[in-house]
Amino acid sequence: MAKINFPAPPGRLRKMPLLSIKDLNRSFGGIQALSDVSFKVSGGTIKALIGPNGAGKTTLFNLICGNLPPSSGRIIFKDQAIEGRAAHHIARLGLARTFQNIKLYPGLSTLENVMLGRHSRSHTGFMAAMLNLPRARREEADIKEKSYAMLQMLNIADLAAKEAVSLAFGQQRAVEMARALAAEPELLLLDEPAAGLNIYETAELADLITQVREMGITILLVEHDMSLVMKISDEIVVLNFGRKIAEGVPAAIQNNQEVIKIYLGSEDD
Amino acid sequence: MSTELFFQYFSAGITYGFLYAIVAIGFNIIYNATGIINFAQGEFVMLGGMTAISLYPFMPLPLAIIAAVIITTIIGALVEMIFIRWLDNPSVLRMIIITIGLSILIREAALFIWGESVRSLPYFNGSSISSINIMGANVSPQVLWVIGVCAVMVTALSLFFKLTTLGREMRACAANRLAATLCGINTRNRITLSFMLSAAIGAAAGCVMSPITYSQYDMGPGLAIKGFTVAILGGLGNSMAAVAAGLLLGLVESFSIVILPQSYQEIIATSILLLVLFIRPHGLFGNKEAAALKEF
Amino acid sequence: MRRLKRYLPLAVMALTVTAVQLLTSYTGTAYYLTQLTITAYYGLLIIGLCVLMGYAGQLSLGHAGFFAIGGYVSAALTTHDLTAYRNNFFITLLNHAHLLISRQDIYGEPLLTVKAWPACLAAIAAALLIAFIIGIPVLKLKGHYLAMATLGFGIIIFRIVMAGSYFGEADGISDVPAFTLLPGLTVSGDFSYRVQNYYIAWALILIGMFLLINLINSRPGRALRAIHGSPEAAEAAGVNTARYKLLTFVISAAFAAVAGIFLTHFNGGIGPSEASIMKSVRYVAIIAIGGMASLWGALGMGVILNFLSLRGVFGSYDDAVFGAILVLVMLFAPQGILSLSIWRKSIFRRRRDG
Repeated sequence: MAKINFPAPPGRLRKMPLLSIKDLNRSFGGIQALSDVSFKVSGGTIKALIGPNGAGKTTLFNLICGNLPPSSGRIIFKDQAIEGRAAHHIARLGLARTFQNIKLYPGLSTLENVMLGRHSRSHTGFMAAMLNLPRARREEADIKEKSYAMLQMLNIADLAAKEAVSLAFGQQRAVEMARALAAEPELLLLDEPAAGLNIYETAELADLITQVREMGITILLVEHDMSLVMKISDEIVVLNFGRKIAEGVPAAIQNNQEVIKIYLGSEDD
Repeated sequence: MSTELFFQYFSAGITYGFLYAIVAIGFNIIYNATGIINFAQGEFVMLGGMTAISLYPFMPLPLAIIAAVIITTIIGALVEMIFIRWLDNPSVLRMIIITIGLSILIREAALFIWGESVRSLPYFNGSSISSINIMGANVSPQVLWVIGVCAVMVTALSLFFKLTTLGREMRACAANRLAATLCGINTRNRITLSFMLSAAIGAAAGCVMSPITYSQYDMGPGLAIKGFTVAILGGLGNSMAAVAAGLLLGLVESFSIVILPQSYQEIIATSILLLVLFIRPHGLFGNKEAAALKEF
Repeated sequence: MRRLKRYLPLAVMALTVTAVQLLTSYTGTAYYLTQLTITAYYGLLIIGLCVLMGYAGQLSLGHAGFFAIGGYVSAALTTHDLTAYRNNFFITLLNHAHLLISRQDIYGEPLLTVKAWPACLAAIAAALLIAFIIGIPVLKLKGHYLAMATLGFGIIIFRIVMAGSYFGEADGISDVPAFTLLPGLTVSGDFSYRVQNYYIAWALILIGMFLLINLINSRPGRALRAIHGSPEAAEAAGVNTARYKLLTFVISAAFAAVAGIFLTHFNGGIGPSEASIMKSVRYVAIIAIGGMASLWGALGMGVILNFLSLRGVFGSYDDAVFGAILVLVMLFAPQGILSLSIWRKSIFRRRRDG
């Protein structure tokens, strides 16, 4: 199996924050979608972002990935300020993501979709590609080998030649995960990875996410499935109406009165 | 520049401005109903003028114009029913190519029927040299006809969309086609109607303009690009703003003759189009955030 | 093995091109070669545009503009007499750099013009520069706005060559000299160069296809297809979508400009109709018929339709035929006519979900 360079064993990175969010604000027109949100994600951990619909989780993801600029505040990834930078630039720094409503490339095979994941780790430009220079050929072979290895890791190597968008839903989620992992990211953002999966698939996903952390990849996920979140997360951040209302280990969040109120509804309703 | 010359340019600018505004409103009506830009919009203007010119020898002028508008309206309906209606959720690219193809076919058919010659309707009152004195300046009565007819059409359309049930239903289709369908509105018929309306106003403008601008089989694309410029300038879908934008473009173009030869006139209009697309694609009067929600 | 599979169609094409030439010489129908040469140059533009439209997903209704920029710049530089500016510092400099040539015009008058090679390079540079400058704002647009902006660009180029006396206004530029690529290899419409020009034109197509086939099967090519399908996910994978779209636009403009330059020297002139919107629409039509994302489909359709058109098969209905094809294909076979089920071996074997 091809060697893929994942960052480092988890223990070594754990002390330093890989991602720091500081006083982040974002408004759309007059509506404040995020107000003064701050938290840190330590290297080698799994952090979950939860909250009711409309809490600002997707907006936060879009700000981190560079799809939207923040109104104010800072996002520090690997000691670099990334707020307002282009999405492709942030991806190249070692941040990969999956999408809530799966976004695979139509017309491309499963293997090609995963090969795209290695875009940020390869260099062949237009000239070298058009002339099919030896170094372009070497790199292409390398991309293919590593992408195939990623499919094997996720047990979907048999689907390599199929068109990715024609696969079953659960398989498409796996392809998205393979594509994100093929980028050898340091930070992986998962946007509702369990949405639409059955309980067996969700259990497999939990194993996979833990396994990914063991490879030294830090994970930030948005998820509605509370049992999954409680089972795999090292830490949890709770958002409500664009504000952070709680942060802590799963056990503490489960017993937090304010969180319980949000999820169960307050008594004066 | 003498006052006389100034006024001449001014009235030419206003006249063309109204024509562009009518083409732009034609774009807007179809765009609001379907999300399609109909590249054959200029051809409706050409068809109206050319049909009226052909009918004029056999009947009085008003009748010829009415008949021409009706015929063009029917063609507009046929275009929609034959080529657009049965397509299930077509992509923007596909619709662009289909309407471009239609504009070519209509143009080639016009070439086959009427040939390459430049024609025109007679002046509605008097002749090309008669004029009316307004505040010390001489204006051709035909200019007043253009302004009058276009103003009546714009007012009638805005009343139609605001006050009648049918007009309101058409605006509902524009806002959310699926929701409109669920409320029991037959969106397909409303779309046909939108093609008929834009064909009708295009044809009427083509007739009333004909004595001044003349009519020729290939006048459509030039009008379409200017009408589109005006539609974008006013903000796509906003018909009242299109009138202001039309007059603006007409005047700029008309007065550009002072500094540039006429052969560069189309370059000016097209450059304005590119500039607006690059700098303010939501239009001079449009709202940026609202425009971002629309699909182009 | 993989490389064999990729380049085999190119080898087949080279053999076919040779076979056609031998056939025409054997049957005494060498006059077909002139039209096949012209067809090849249009084909060069079409395959470049195909990558932009079919793979990167960006519509251009102004590509005849780039063809015209190539053709007109090359034609103007190689025909305009600089004798009057002989003592101008800049012209003297060019002369000393051996970029100018003194020759006689058809009336025997002395003529000082730019040589064909520097003119060719200047024309390509002009097209690249203009594509780059116009591409940055244009490619930010989508859908109708992109269509209208590229159409507007095409109209501006058309109007400039129509209105500019430097470009011969409605008459265009004639008496463009032959273009000697290498000693013994000359782009010229002269009867005696006919076979050689047929091979030059088709060799250019072969080179163009080689470059583009490599491109679409590579890392940047994959990224282009991803941009077409899902721009947001492409960005998230690290693809600089704006840069990739721009580079593709510039490459397709270069293909169009090279086609324009060579065809202008072959025809001995260029007129404003080459810059017209109808030409741009025609190129788009051919790519749509070929199936958008199919280089071979676009090339095949381009060769067939342009050849028939040049032979005058459509008569005065030429534009009407292209308009009708455009509408029919988009109505009934938006994936291109090769995608129609009648081409498959059996309609019963058709995929249900297709």
